[in-house]
Amino acid sequence: MSEPVSSPFRVYDCCANADGAACVILAHEDVVRAGHNPAVWLDGVGCATASMSVLRRPDLVSLPSARDAARRAYAMAGVGPKDVRVAEVHDCFTIAEIMAYEDLGFCEKGQGGRFIEEKCSYIGGSTPVNVDGGLKAKGHPIGATGVSMPVEIVHQLRGEAGKRQVPNAYVGLTHNVGGIGQYTFVHIFRRD
Amino acid sequence: MFKWFGKVNYSPYTKVAEFADHLKDGFLMGSRCKACSYRSFPPRADCPECLGADFEFVEISGKGTVHTFTKIFAAPSGFEDLAPYTVGVVDLEESGRLLAWFGESIPEDRIRIGMEVQVVPRIFEEVEEIKVYYSLEQPGTTWARSSSR
Repeated sequence: MSEPVSSPFRVYDCCANADGAACVILAHEDVVRAGHNPAVWLDGVGCATASMSVLRRPDLVSLPSARDAARRAYAMAGVGPKDVRVAEVHDCFTIAEIMAYEDLGFCEKGQGGRFIEEKCSYIGGSTPVNVDGGLKAKGHPIGATGVSMPVEIVHQLRGEAGKRQVPNAYVGLTHNVGGIGQYTFVHIFRRD
Repeated sequence: MFKWFGKVNYSPYTKVAEFADHLKDGFLMGSRCKACSYRSFPPRADCPECLGADFEFVEISGKGTVHTFTKIFAAPSGFEDLAPYTVGVVDLEESGRLLAWFGESIPEDRIRIGMEVQVVPRIFEEVEEIKVYYSLEQPGTTWARSSSR
């Protein structure tokens, strides 16, 4: 086991500080339809904030901003959690990914641990999550992480993800958390 | 500016600076919004409920129950020499939550979520930079208060 950080978390439960960069190219649909790369559509956007102080939130095992942002993004995209075929979530710590499963509605509250134990978040499971390794495995360059998530989803939706390709991934979701959940952004993507 | 309080102090000005003086005298003082009576500990000058800017200090009992806890090994900058240490989040009887270190009256292996604790003001003599803080102790723990108030 790795060295303890703050019980019950150890070094491998915590993302590493890292440098990195990511970029996406956004284009008007008229340009996209002119035919370049296969289009990936941004169907839903949700963002929400929460109190600065974590202690003043109703509980410590959910991010209210993530729940609000997800609700708004699902409503705009006209889809629900069960429609998501691949997701990138903000797993800065082990518990953050488990909370994300629940906040995004991939499973019921309190079932996040079982969700990964039963491999529901693996390729072949009901909602593959962070199949690129997520923040913990690939590193967390704070400013670039939020953009790196749609990059992975675009690769997945285009079928370009190689060994980590999720079969038939046509709806993807990203979940990016700022601060300690003071704000969360959820985006929902779809391919034709 | 807080005097006596904290190893690293980033607050150039705060309306609740008196909090640390009260703590030094042995009093746990929270805030009560003069407009809507919202209570907070630690004190909060501007009301998160009604956004009112007027508040008064009110003493709290410091009785509460442990909401959660963790033992910190990788301490933040300035606290490395104190690690490992165990901190808890406490739901206060008078509403509100605080974060504090467990004191010596509660051995580490007896800490449980839901256990009752008493928040006790402390004057820290071993560590130069921290003059006052508060710790979590057995219910019924008493402490000295300054009589000069």
